[in-house]
Amino acid sequence: MSGSLGRAAAAAATALLRWGRGVGGGLRGPGVRAAGSGGSGSSEHLDALVKKDKVVVFLKGTPEQPQCGFSNAVVQILRLHGVRDYAAYNVLDDPQLRQAPSWPSSEQNHQMVALSQEARHLGIKDYSNWPTIPQVYLNGEFVGGCDILLQMHQNGDLVEELKKLGIRSALLDEAKDQDSK
Amino acid sequence: MFQFKGHQPMLSGQLVLRLFSMASRICMSRGSAGSGVIGPVEAAIRTKLEQALNPEVLELRNESGGHAVPPGSETHFRVAVVSSRFEGLSPLQRHRLVHAALSEELAGPVHALAIQARTPAQWKENPQLDTSPPCLGGSKKSRN
Repeated sequence: MSGSLGRAAAAAATALLRWGRGVGGGLRGPGVRAAGSGGSGSSEHLDALVKKDKVVVFLKGTPEQPQCGFSNAVVQILRLHGVRDYAAYNVLDDPQLRQAPSWPSSEQNHQMVALSQEARHLGIKDYSNWPTIPQVYLNGEFVGGCDILLQMHQNGDLVEELKKLGIRSALLDEAKDQDSK
Repeated sequence: MFQFKGHQPMLSGQLVLRLFSMASRICMSRGSAGSGVIGPVEAAIRTKLEQALNPEVLELRNESGGHAVPPGSETHFRVAVVSSRFEGLSPLQRHRLVHAALSEELAGPVHALAIQARTPAQWKENPQLDTSPPCLGGSKKSRN
């Protein structure tokens, strides 16, 4: 299974690179935007972010390197549907967090987590009125987290919602190929 | 295993679900946080959901053992709530009801809450608490 996963992941990554858009180079692939440290947390700033792109997700980590299983699930579902151009904001990528010292004992771990939780989430939890990450926005509208996206994927709603945005899900083409055999 | 039809550029839908089902094996092989002991956070979650939603079924699992937190933690949970109060509500509305009942826990110790919010009819079709995807390290994962 790891072999097939590797091939699929590699093919998906190649597709992303070929798409060509992006902000600077570096570790972030095309389609992945930096939220910017200035004004982070203000609702106008977040309002602009979620409306700037048709598909906007807030993750722990990046699509190339998710740092949370639930965030990864969102990335995989979008990949499955062939959604290549979307904005992904890494809530862990906070300047204050980067300057924090390395994780010491487990007790201080909890303190660090408590302190940084407020700082690190770009205010997106307050903005969405949603307590967890990942978060998914379609067409500027909050859709839910990983559970809801998975549900939409399983019951066909996601294909429909993408269609409304002018995005044709890759699964439709897969189904077509299978029908024609 | 699922079948491969030649070169498949996209991950199949089955693969996504297998990413989820792998987790249950991983989670169970590590000692789960508390090994069956119900902590205060878990007890509070159960009580509050019972009061708020009068559920027919309430399945709650502490999944903290599968994540990068100390043993005995009560930080990551999965819950399946079956309630007729969900009738006519969108998934988003249902989840918000659950969040509202647990606002204190979510503002406090609980970092992750996976929710299945079903009506009784929906639950009958598939009476099963899903499993969560494997932890990828969270903020403690070192980055190059």
